[in-house]
Amino acid sequence: MEPIIKIVHLDKSFRQRDMEVHALKDVNLDIYKGDIYGIIGMSGAGKSTLVRCLNFLERPTGGSVIVDGKDLASLSEKQLREARKDIGMIFQHFNLLMQRSVIDNVCFPLEIAGMKKREAREKAMEYLKIVGLEEKAKAYPAQLSGGQKQRVAIARVLASDPKILLCDEATSALDPQTTKSILQLLKEINQKYGITIVVITHEMAVVQEICSHVAIIDHGNLAEHGTVEEIFQSPKSKEAKRLIYQGFERVAEMKGRRCVRIVFSENSSFEPVIGNMVLAFKTPVNILYANTQDLDGVATGEMILQLPEDKVLGDKMIAYLKGAKLAVEELIDYVG
Amino acid sequence: MLDEKMIMLLIEGIGQTLYMTLVPTLLGYVFGMPLGILLTVTDKDGIRPNAVVYKVIDFISNIFRSIPFLILLILLIPLTKILVGKSYGSNAMIVSLTIAAAPYIARMVESSLKEVDHGVIEAAQSMGASNLTIVFKVLLTEARTSLMVNATIVTATILGYSAMAGTVGADGLGAIAVRYGYNRYQFDIMLVTVILLVLLVQIMQGIGMMLSRRFDRRRT
Repeated sequence: MEPIIKIVHLDKSFRQRDMEVHALKDVNLDIYKGDIYGIIGMSGAGKSTLVRCLNFLERPTGGSVIVDGKDLASLSEKQLREARKDIGMIFQHFNLLMQRSVIDNVCFPLEIAGMKKREAREKAMEYLKIVGLEEKAKAYPAQLSGGQKQRVAIARVLASDPKILLCDEATSALDPQTTKSILQLLKEINQKYGITIVVITHEMAVVQEICSHVAIIDHGNLAEHGTVEEIFQSPKSKEAKRLIYQGFERVAEMKGRRCVRIVFSENSSFEPVIGNMVLAFKTPVNILYANTQDLDGVATGEMILQLPEDKVLGDKMIAYLKGAKLAVEELIDYVG
Repeated sequence: MLDEKMIMLLIEGIGQTLYMTLVPTLLGYVFGMPLGILLTVTDKDGIRPNAVVYKVIDFISNIFRSIPFLILLILLIPLTKILVGKSYGSNAMIVSLTIAAAPYIARMVESSLKEVDHGVIEAAQSMGASNLTIVFKVLLTEARTSLMVNATIVTATILGYSAMAGTVGADGLGAIAVRYGYNRYQFDIMLVTVILLVLLVQIMQGIGMMLSRRFDRRRT
């Protein structure tokens, strides 16, 4: 099977204040029909440039992009505009027309295609139903929440009946809850309509949530690519490891040798004392041991904490814990 | 003093001032709007960069805008004679006022259109919109509030110019102020014309702001 998007030796550089920026270096990637392909990297890695090369919003300086059998570089301006109708795109900041109502935003690509207004409105309404916003048809974007705006953008993109959907950080401006629902919607679109989706993101969670494949971009280079499972099970490149482990990286190694044992009584266990203390001193403590027991119907907990190396800071923390009405006892030579 | 004859003269003056303000503003937009669009489109961040076109329009509009209006009026006397047949009166002034207004309007339009979020233009491009579609359906519509606010400012400025033209042979309230207030030391007449000019500007400003707010859909 031929890939629906074939990226061959893609190069992109541009001048920025007399500096030559080499944004993409010899990127090669095949994306197949029906994939949800994640492209992940730190900000400035070149992933936004890469996605803009897929619909030629940015013209590559080398190599080629072949979409659905057509080499985009070989197309005339008019042919390119036609080709773009098959490649939808949604954005981090939604990019809706603020002076048009929701339904007129969805009608926009249909107007470009030359559809009659009444027909366009009917079709637009169908797409608004798919994204669950038919009752907002007459509202204006300024009256919508971020998640609703992105849904309108998705309805607008679906209206041109694309084969490919490019998502440029489409959930980065949304809260986690909304992000989940938008990702769910994208997944449905992929399954229902067989639209190939390319997801640009800096969050591994997004890739885990919906992608079938992932490519990791690091400083304009394609560091690694494959199925999400492969990459997660055995990341090979340094960048892949960093992105995968970023969630549970150890903050710093604890060097302090002072330990304290604290005992929570019934009342104090409601207050997140340790959490508050860490926030107050902006220094982590290490919990070495923790246990709760029921003593005569009263819940008691004990915990052993490893304090930071700094003696003054340690003293302050002990004072803080005592201030929170906890029993504090310093342990000698608990860690070696 | 303010007898019936004077009042009639003032009413006629208001009419002439409105004529000399609104017609050149309208004509100014006929020429200035396309120039402003061209400046936006051909600028280096525009949708069709073209350094030559941009620099030519930029240069011409800067020249015209740097000539003080009164001097431009005198410079244009031969041209107005060819176009209108005489170098004084409201119609003659319309030629000069339009020529003064067009480059200024071009700049105002350019600044309004450049306020349009680049992301929205990019979105339209990604949908396969042509540049013409982007100009008419994205730039001009998205910028309409700003265009209307700027049109209000332009109209008030042209009104000021039309009054200034009263010193070199135009009609209208400016001419009355010069003739009676300056040449005949009738300070009260001058004061009345000034109050009328202020009122005209206030009314135009009020209408312009109301319209721009009414057509703005960005409110929550």
